[in-house]
Amino acid sequence: MSNPTPKSMAAPGITRSKAEAVNAADTRELYKKREPIYPKLAHGKFRFVKWVIMALALGVYYLVPFLRWDRGPGAPDQAVLVDFAHGRFYFFFIEIWPQEIYYVTGLLIMAALGLFLASALFGRVWCGYACPQTVWTDLFIMVERMFEGDRNARMKLDRAPWSLNKAWRKTGKHAVWLVIAFATGGAWILYFHDAWDTLANFFTGTAAPSSYVFAGVLTFTTYTLAGTMREQVCTYMCPWPRIQAAMTDRDALNVTYRIDRGEPRGAHKKNDSWDNRGDCIDCKQCVAVCPMGIDIRDGAQLECIQCALCIDACDDIMGKVGRPTGLITYETDDNIDRFVKGETPRYPFIRPRTMVYAVSLAIVTALMLGALVTRTHLELNSQRDRNPNYVRLSDGGVRNGYTVNVINKANAPRVMDLAVEGDPAIGVRILGAPDLMPGQIEIGPDRSQDYVVYLTLPDDAIDGPREEITFVVTDQETGETARSPSVLITGAE
Amino acid sequence: MSEHDETRETDAHSGTETTGHEWDGIKELDTPLPRWWLYIFYASIVWSVIYMVFMPAWPALPGLAGETDHTRGLRNHSERANVAEALDELAEMRASGFAALEGASIDEIESNPELLGFVRAAGEAVFGDRCATCHGVGAQGFVGYPNLNDDIWIWGGSYDEIRHTLQVGIRSEHPDTRFSQMPAFGRDELLSRSEIADVSDYVLSLSGVSADAGAVGRGQAIYDVQCASCHMDDGRGDRAQGAPNLTDQNWLYGGSREQIIATIHRGPYGVMPAWEDRLDDATIDALAAYVFLLGGGEDATARPTGQ
Repeated sequence: MSNPTPKSMAAPGITRSKAEAVNAADTRELYKKREPIYPKLAHGKFRFVKWVIMALALGVYYLVPFLRWDRGPGAPDQAVLVDFAHGRFYFFFIEIWPQEIYYVTGLLIMAALGLFLASALFGRVWCGYACPQTVWTDLFIMVERMFEGDRNARMKLDRAPWSLNKAWRKTGKHAVWLVIAFATGGAWILYFHDAWDTLANFFTGTAAPSSYVFAGVLTFTTYTLAGTMREQVCTYMCPWPRIQAAMTDRDALNVTYRIDRGEPRGAHKKNDSWDNRGDCIDCKQCVAVCPMGIDIRDGAQLECIQCALCIDACDDIMGKVGRPTGLITYETDDNIDRFVKGETPRYPFIRPRTMVYAVSLAIVTALMLGALVTRTHLELNSQRDRNPNYVRLSDGGVRNGYTVNVINKANAPRVMDLAVEGDPAIGVRILGAPDLMPGQIEIGPDRSQDYVVYLTLPDDAIDGPREEITFVVTDQETGETARSPSVLITGAE
Repeated sequence: MSEHDETRETDAHSGTETTGHEWDGIKELDTPLPRWWLYIFYASIVWSVIYMVFMPAWPALPGLAGETDHTRGLRNHSERANVAEALDELAEMRASGFAALEGASIDEIESNPELLGFVRAAGEAVFGDRCATCHGVGAQGFVGYPNLNDDIWIWGGSYDEIRHTLQVGIRSEHPDTRFSQMPAFGRDELLSRSEIADVSDYVLSLSGVSADAGAVGRGQAIYDVQCASCHMDDGRGDRAQGAPNLTDQNWLYGGSREQIIATIHRGPYGVMPAWEDRLDDATIDALAAYVFLLGGGEDATARPTGQ
């Protein structure tokens, strides 16, 4: 690699590649076959950050199912569990019922707003660092590099005829890819049933059929998307490259080639003057490291996931030729124009777009936190029978039927008073309340229970077509109450 | 794929040819499709062949594909068979509920939330199929068809009485059916028009409706002779004979003076079918408990009216 020929007078340590941008504008064709991309390993601060984020993301994904959280007897002790069979979602101290899916909706809104805000400030940081497609592709390229070497070695190996050496390297790579893909699909299903049980059941053939289906599907998608499709996913399958055009603007930081500094580009020999030319020595290291196969010097393009590896590659070269780093850097479009005009850059992070996103995010976050903090463990809903609307009794009184639903979200059985506020003459009868004091109900832990309640209003107490009433349920121990307003229809004029 | 067409415009910004189409100044780039899209298309074709082999796909001449008019595929898939299987599964799921219901008293049903839920679900389904035609979806009744929600029972409102009524029916073809017949006093000329009007006024007065005192007096004399043997001297009826209580606020055939006159004139003959031979015992149990728990069921010992 660092083997300067006598003809080249470049500074020591400078690397040149005959790299072509496979997706460059000039070489695009119709019905195009995928051109293999051989990203070269970059070294630098952004590559380091990406390694750290990859380790964190994979660590979280694979280990979280094994975290435990004690919820008492009868409840699962897995810290994060989506329990479809029993209709519960557990997240550490939070337990969500199906009718509370708005917490998830809120979380998705927060995620979307957070993504908008990040895009308005720093461009596609999600794509470049945190997207699973990026993380797993990075991991798969790492494996590829372990078996087949770096860029030049891989290109040479692909051009070479089949041999034992080529065969074992290719087989080994695909085998490790499949193992990782299977581990990815396998970890996914651990979020839906108890992780340790599923692990044991999976290999004895006794896990839920859905576990095998999802493990299989995700093994397939991980292997194909991260191993064989890579940049095709981002360019053709993902909507985000199209959406991002609406999310960023001229003031957003993007991975950008400083055209004002770099041009006119050209090869530079040691001791040549830097006058009347740009800093770009056209070594194409930015192209060589690019996992998307583009040339960042062509400007902003939808293929660019802004992984910043070209920054590392270029900074490395700039250091070696003795020019300032940052020829490729996080910069705004507006500032590039300013540099060209010789003006000083400005960084208006606070602008209407970012403020709208930030304030919306703060409001949604506050609402969701508020809802979470004030979440009760007792809920009451009532539904009045509408057919018949009311029942006239033999003594002239009137009776209405109600289905009263009591939800006990606590992990303990509770005895509660179920009462009706309104006309004191109203008689209450509750079906389905076994062997307790009148008006008392007992409800099991973590349960929703329906009761049939009949309210009777005597003839002499009827003084209008309807009476406003309220069902009230009160926990005898804690005093916690829940209320549900309703009406009693009398049928009187 | 296509040869370069010198006449086609190339977009200056992207370097891509345009399709040549233009809409209000907007042109479409002729951007290459990725080759793997074609591969997915081919894979779909292969999948369709596999599907046709394994699943019903082709119409067939009679006799060529067994009893059906289409190929059944290697899986021999049939939605009808699936439905039959699902119904069997459903019956199996319900069996435990019906088993728990057998021999349970109404108090046990009412105080057991699970059994109560089962009865209300199973009973509602049968009621909707069999009873709602006459009694209404909510069992609210119509003129001539009793409201089953209220506390008024012509033949008895205990769990056992309701079940018995369901088994044998009312004026049905069952040999042990509940039976009684009110004479058609007008049509059969047992009473004159003015006598029927007088009796009607008296009956109304039993429910607290004020009527002409003279007519009430004449009507009472007729009532004591013609009606009291079934409806009792005080007008509170007799459940043994299915004679309704005439003193309450409820009128099966309508409570206006004209409706009461018409009822006495023609002598009502309401019929309910016997269900003993058409529904199994467990289903009748569920139905009886459902009707009982609509709110009007009575204790077996209660004798609120007419007894």
